[in-house]
Amino acid sequence: MEFSQLTFSAALPEFILIALALVMVLVAAFARQTQTEEHGTIKLVRTLSLLGYFAAFLAVFSVPDGRIVLFNDLFAVNDLVIYMKGLILVGAFFASWLVSEQWGEGIDRAEFHLLVLMAVIGMLLMVSANDLISLYMALELQSLPLYVVAAMRTSSLKSSEAGLKYFLLGALSSGLLLYGASLVYGFSGSTNFDAIASSLSGGASVGMVVGMVFLISGLAFKISAAPFHMWTPDVYEGAPTPVTALFAIVPKVAGMTLLMNVTYSAFGNITDQWAQILIALSVASMIVGATGAIMQQNIKRMLAYSSIAHMGYALAGLAAGTSEGASAVVIYMTTYVFMGAAAFGVIMTMRREGTPVEKISDLSGLSATHPLLAAAMMIVMFSMAGIPPLAGFFGKWYVFLAAVNAGLIPLAVIGVLTSVIGAFYYLRIIRLMYFQDSDAPLDEGLSHQNRMVLVVSIGFLLLFFFGIGALSQQATSIVSVYF
Amino acid sequence: MISSWPLLSVITFLPLTGVLFLLLIRGNTESVAANARLVALWVSGFTFLLSLSLYFGFDAEMSGYQFEERADWISGSGISYHLGVDGISMPFILLSTFLTPLSILASWKSITHRVRDYMIAFLVLEVMMVGMFASLDMLMFYLFFEGVLIPMFIIIGVWGGAERVYAAFKFFLYTLLGSVLMLVCMLVMYHLAGTTDIPALAEFTFSPELQFWLFLGFFASFAVKVPMWPVHTWLPDAHVQAPTAGSMILAGVLLKMGGYGFIRFSLPMFPDASEYFAPFIFVLSIVAVIYTSLVALAQSDMKKLIAYSSVAHMGFVTIGIFTLTEQGIAGAMFQMISHGLVSAALFFCVGVVYDRLHTREISAYGGVVDAMPRYAAFFMFMMLASVGLPGTSGFVGEMLVLVGAWEASHWVAIFAATGLILGACYMLWLYRRVVFGRAEKPEVLEMAGLDRREVMIFVPLTILVLWFGVYPSTLLDVMAYSVSDILAQLAPELSVQTVMR
Repeated sequence: MEFSQLTFSAALPEFILIALALVMVLVAAFARQTQTEEHGTIKLVRTLSLLGYFAAFLAVFSVPDGRIVLFNDLFAVNDLVIYMKGLILVGAFFASWLVSEQWGEGIDRAEFHLLVLMAVIGMLLMVSANDLISLYMALELQSLPLYVVAAMRTSSLKSSEAGLKYFLLGALSSGLLLYGASLVYGFSGSTNFDAIASSLSGGASVGMVVGMVFLISGLAFKISAAPFHMWTPDVYEGAPTPVTALFAIVPKVAGMTLLMNVTYSAFGNITDQWAQILIALSVASMIVGATGAIMQQNIKRMLAYSSIAHMGYALAGLAAGTSEGASAVVIYMTTYVFMGAAAFGVIMTMRREGTPVEKISDLSGLSATHPLLAAAMMIVMFSMAGIPPLAGFFGKWYVFLAAVNAGLIPLAVIGVLTSVIGAFYYLRIIRLMYFQDSDAPLDEGLSHQNRMVLVVSIGFLLLFFFGIGALSQQATSIVSVYF
Repeated sequence: MISSWPLLSVITFLPLTGVLFLLLIRGNTESVAANARLVALWVSGFTFLLSLSLYFGFDAEMSGYQFEERADWISGSGISYHLGVDGISMPFILLSTFLTPLSILASWKSITHRVRDYMIAFLVLEVMMVGMFASLDMLMFYLFFEGVLIPMFIIIGVWGGAERVYAAFKFFLYTLLGSVLMLVCMLVMYHLAGTTDIPALAEFTFSPELQFWLFLGFFASFAVKVPMWPVHTWLPDAHVQAPTAGSMILAGVLLKMGGYGFIRFSLPMFPDASEYFAPFIFVLSIVAVIYTSLVALAQSDMKKLIAYSSVAHMGFVTIGIFTLTEQGIAGAMFQMISHGLVSAALFFCVGVVYDRLHTREISAYGGVVDAMPRYAAFFMFMMLASVGLPGTSGFVGEMLVLVGAWEASHWVAIFAATGLILGACYMLWLYRRVVFGRAEKPEVLEMAGLDRREVMIFVPLTILVLWFGVYPSTLLDVMAYSVSDILAQLAPELSVQTVMR
């Protein structure tokens, strides 16, 4: 393998973060002696990781255009991959930025930021995976640190439960994925996506299809598409809130991109075969997400169901199997990152007498005590419900447009109907904030981190219609890598 | 006459500058409230004055769209920023900009908490309403059409009555459910025609089988908005719970969005389906006219009674539109504008006495004329306009609709006419119970007469209702060419018919 200038610049974001991770391991291991120093270390590590995301984000732009394949075809970069990496880094930056040094909930450790950084490296590699082996490696690099951070609140049973559940079900899904990968390898003779694609030019054998089904099921676990969503509500609820924010914002982007890579590039020749699976996943996720959230009392649990529904909508675009579908997914995931960041920007300010609260009813009367925060949450909720002219609407518009163009009108109809059901629980939050009085107001004060994230993401949601033209053109051009 | 500067955009988005000002107001609660009222009134008043230039600059002798603006939005996709008005949409824009300052004035004293938020909601609502009528792009239309839900949901939910949460949810979800079905149809149309430009879509021919489904999708949305029987049940709840000004805008403008949608989308884009479904719509409308009139007779709550009368009056509108005749459509248009003014005034009539006695029960009143003679006069005038007394705008609209209906089917006209009689029954009876009779309750006698602000709201409404009743050409001339344009798209052989004046 030749290590050229090209190699370096194409994988520069990963290199930066890996180098940083190594430095952070050392910092975390050696720089901690006393309680006060521990604080300084956390602060240092957090700052380092934020700088790392920022530097990696800048490095993403330095990646040369066009398709570049590296490391014996294990790693591929193209315009779509570059865009998605940028999006992941933005999301990771938001998620880490929201965590203050003294959050509590057991994550006041330097290792937290280190683990998150590792997971982000895994996500970047997932997006670039061009081989079943690198796919699996990247996926595990992403998952293992996330299992740990989910369980990091050692004082809480729920957090331990969340970590364990996540780990066990994640291991199961990895098993499914590996089994599928081995079948695909067996029937195609290669683990490389390009080679798999060319072996499928004459149609797929039964074994190949079975392998693909397992592979897609394993990935569906990672993006928490129903019926593989069981872990999501528990993990969202049990994990410390900053971890939930991370779960909600970033890994879904990587998982969705990976799923898109697998279906559109490796199995691009047998669209009919996987489109059915994705349609089923999409319908199930939309229905589960919309109905499951109705009765939830915990806002993190509610957002877990909401994210399941969002994945259902994105999958509807993916199921179209067209370039419109792929670009719709790009647009949808973009709005999803900002909605997630804004939602958690609000949730992570919810404290009463210093301790975080997470009941939906804790939001009662928020508009009277925290008018700006309530307005922000209202915008997020309307956007998630897909009410125009907010960003969430355009995501849905493109997804359903792709579905309709591909002749999947029933899917679009189910989608819009479930979005009405979904609107009910988003409205419920607005009702609590605006139509009811508060019995116990939340703490005053909005940290500067939250304010920054809220200003950026709410501005994005509100003014999205100015940028939709540019974004949709961008999305159309970057998904041309598949066609 | 195409203006050189983007007049329509300015009118549409001007209220947003008011929102900006409102956000900048600082000070204690009272001064914020006082300033917020003034800012909202000035901005909406100025928007109205500016929108008058649409009326005076409008060339009624020209078919097609005027004041058109087109800008690149989502390039290469057939979706653009496209605004423009014709004789159909222009009166509605004026109606919206006219009713908004009046509604703000109507809530001057009755809204006391969170005044700033209230005014922001109203100005945003105005942007959405005007933008919706001005849009010539289907996606933009949908953005505004749905966007209306956000401020209205907040207005009902925050400043409404005791059951406001239920009413706000019902309003939102009912309307959303209808709209999303329309959204799917829009996607199908966009897929086939490759554009969301409304004039281009009106030229596009959809196959009759497809028209059938598309019509139903749009019907789901517009029928809920109008509202037509049997999907009208959200309306009485929303009206009763909404604050007075909310009801005024809801009845005055929001209900018209459905009728406008039928005229703008259903007739020109799905002409075959419109013809096919016309009898079905007649049946629903006649049921609405007769049934809701009977329901109105049984109401003991003034607001609910007027809400049901709105459903009945909007039944006339849908009959008029689907007669597919010049008179019918012009009559429906006229009826919508007239109902916009009259129902807003009637809801304000309820609001005036509600502010004084804090009850909407009819039985709590009686003999109001003794305490408030001027109020009784305004109320009487508006009540008669609602009944359709000649000389008021209500008469012209109903008359034209009946003429059109007679052409389409005698039976429709006959049944619709019975609705008129029932309308007279419940309105006169309401008036008698509230205003006449012996004032036995001491609190009724102590009610203060109309103050200057209230008179200032009644007077412009009264003048317009009277003016349109005596000289309907003001409106009919404006829309004549646009109505015949629509009929020309519907059935080319009809376009030679002369315009009824």
